[in-house]
Amino acid sequence: MRQIGFLVIGIFFGIVMFKSEAASWFRIYEMFKFQSFHMYGIIGSALVLGIIGVQLIKRKNMKSFFGQPITIAPKDKSFSRYMLGGIIFGLGWALAGACPGPIYVLVGAGYWPILVVFAGAMLGTFIYGLLRKKLPH
Amino acid sequence: MLQGVFLISGLFAQKKNMNWILEPWPWYFSGPLIALTMFLLLFMGRQFGMSSNLRTMCSMCGAHKKADFFNFDWKAQQWNLLVVLGAVIGGFIAHFYLSEDPTTVAISAETIQDLNNLGFESAGKAFLPTELFSNAVFSEPLTLLILLIGGILIGFGARYAGGCTSGHAISGLSNLQLPSLIAVIGFFIGGLVMIHILYPLIF
Repeated sequence: MRQIGFLVIGIFFGIVMFKSEAASWFRIYEMFKFQSFHMYGIIGSALVLGIIGVQLIKRKNMKSFFGQPITIAPKDKSFSRYMLGGIIFGLGWALAGACPGPIYVLVGAGYWPILVVFAGAMLGTFIYGLLRKKLPH
Repeated sequence: MLQGVFLISGLFAQKKNMNWILEPWPWYFSGPLIALTMFLLLFMGRQFGMSSNLRTMCSMCGAHKKADFFNFDWKAQQWNLLVVLGAVIGGFIAHFYLSEDPTTVAISAETIQDLNNLGFESAGKAFLPTELFSNAVFSEPLTLLILLIGGILIGFGARYAGGCTSGHAISGLSNLQLPSLIAVIGFFIGGLVMIHILYPLIF
């Protein structure tokens, strides 16, 4: 039952990514050119609701559907890994015009060359795993 | 269940006043639905994050034999692989049953002009540029290399930064986490450098 829940949430997310055009290479290019409000509107409105909702969850100690407390694991404190990793990710996001979520969505939408991006993303993750101990974190 | 979705979408398509679903969704509709995705996962007891699946899939492929980083209980991440499978199915449904054919993206006139100048003739006429994402690119080694490098940067950067757009820009910033703010600033520095400085050199 839970498994079906995750699958349905994924389907919902996939439809939203495609229909919002957040999965479109063109929208990412346009965003980095500051030529439309569209992507800023999507991220901004998701964020405003996200911040309000997460604060509510914390203040009211809301429980999950299964009665467990909802916890959000804090990220380790650091500057270099987030800044350096972020810049590298941003270069890729703008070049391929897709972040990980949309990569999966575009596979389903039948744009086969995205599989090359996906293979690259797997390879990049693997390279990070190999080099991790040598990188500043 | 899928048949049910198709049936419903078919009904929507038949009614003229329901045609809005075939149109691109406006930001003020889409943004809240992304927030809803994050909340549904939180109430399922999980956190929204798409790039961590790449690590899981590396481990499934045996990457733990080469690096400790992949030596973790990936089976505990199966729920997230189901979200990925759903996202693939969602992309299929959205493209083939909930969109006009051909699916175009109404980017601004300025953007179309800029892209035409870079050699992207498909700007404004497709969902993804045909110069990069039509099947013809499988016989163009240079284009394949661009896509591969883009992917490598995404995968490497996301794991180095500990998250991508979903984990940092949506989930992390919603929780007012400083690391996520640093990462998102990094995303934008990288993106702006790529589009404004490197694109004119690459394309």
